Amino acid sequence: MSLFPNALVLLGKELRTEFRSRELLTTTVVFILIVMFMFSITFQPTSDESRQIGPGLLWLAFLFAASLMLQHCFLREQHNDTLSALRLSVSDPFAILLAKLAANTLFLLLTELFLLPIFALMYNVSVVRVVHWLALAFFLGSLGISIVGTALSAISAQARMRELLLPVLMLPLLTPILIVSTEVTKALFDRAPYVRWQGIGFLAVFDVVFLTALWLFGEYLLEE
Amino acid sequence: MMKNILAAAAVFLLLGVAVYASFFIAPTDVKQGLIYRILFLHVPSAWTGLTAFFISFLANLLYVWRRQPRWDWLGVSAAEVGLAFTTVVLVTGPIWAHPVWGIWWTWSPRLTSTFVLWLLYVAYVVLRTLIEEPDRRALLSALFGIFAFIDVPLVFGSIRWWRDQHPQPVVMGEPGAGLDPIMYKVLLFSWLAMLALMTLLIRQRYRLEAMRGDLETMQQELEVA
Repeated sequence: MSLFPNALVLLGKELRTEFRSRELLTTTVVFILIVMFMFSITFQPTSDESRQIGPGLLWLAFLFAASLMLQHCFLREQHNDTLSALRLSVSDPFAILLAKLAANTLFLLLTELFLLPIFALMYNVSVVRVVHWLALAFFLGSLGISIVGTALSAISAQARMRELLLPVLMLPLLTPILIVSTEVTKALFDRAPYVRWQGIGFLAVFDVVFLTALWLFGEYLLEE
Repeated sequence: MMKNILAAAAVFLLLGVAVYASFFIAPTDVKQGLIYRILFLHVPSAWTGLTAFFISFLANLLYVWRRQPRWDWLGVSAAEVGLAFTTVVLVTGPIWAHPVWGIWWTWSPRLTSTFVLWLLYVAYVVLRTLIEEPDRRALLSALFGIFAFIDVPLVFGSIRWWRDQHPQPVVMGEPGAGLDPIMYKVLLFSWLAMLALMTLLIRQRYRLEAMRGDLETMQQELEVA
């Protein structure tokens, strides 16, 4: 069972590559900030309205940011022609996907961690009391985005118009995540916050279903 | 050639009978009047579209497993035909909704799910146009087709769950609820006719795709030679 040790080594490689430059994280954070700012000057929501539409805006911004950010994970290998080397170095190609999706989840969570306090300040929503539940919802949602996004970025990297293609493939597939994460977050932003277990459960089911699909079909995604 | 013409004639005969039955055999609805008859086009199209997407999903799985081009051809043919039927659903829905609900479109669970389903398969077709190399196109689009079909129950589930929080504008009961027995029979017959049409369309589209496939192989052989 060399899958997890292999995946861990590859995850280390993904993280080292990113933290050398941090360009992906910086650009994504700036992108989400701009989206949040533009939204607020377009609609000028009051505090109550922010509670209503804020969660949707937040998840939309995360989804758009992810659809741009995830382009990189296979393109980088393509530019440097390192995908075949990676495939040769592991016995199970699923390790490559697992490492990439773990790294992507981590990157998404880091941007979310950075942006949540800014969002709470700008939109006048208190998050301190529910921060652990938010962490759970953000983790499950971001994991779902990363699983699907990693698989689809392996597809789009092999096509023309790839920058435009990834969002076209990814956004409709992630509708369930968008809807449910938004509703769960909305309940947590409420004046009397509560946990929507059904939604949390749904996110977990989504993640398990697509992780299984990726495990079953992932090796074909990386065929040369 | 003769076989094709006969098959097409049989399908159109079935469709003709279905049209006749939906206009003259099924009784007029007490509340909605004549407009409800669009149900006999709308509902069977929806069922047929889903059937076609299911066929495409099976073909996608078989392609990934067996790697024979014919499964790729069947996959794309069924997906495109399913897309056509789903488009009919999305067009006939508003035509019915405007006089009955007073609005063309509402983001109710069923409409939203159908729209997302349509978008997923549009993405599938778009993806196929953007990959040149036939084997790679077949494999990658088959994988996307599999992911898309797995997503369908999750889309329906999430949207249904989401509705609990958002009451919709006043909507009349679903037209299928407590359907008159004759209407029900006509509905099932219309579905049968639509399935026949679907089979005919997939078959024709498959032959076209097979010819394209052969042409691509020949072109490649010429380039190598």
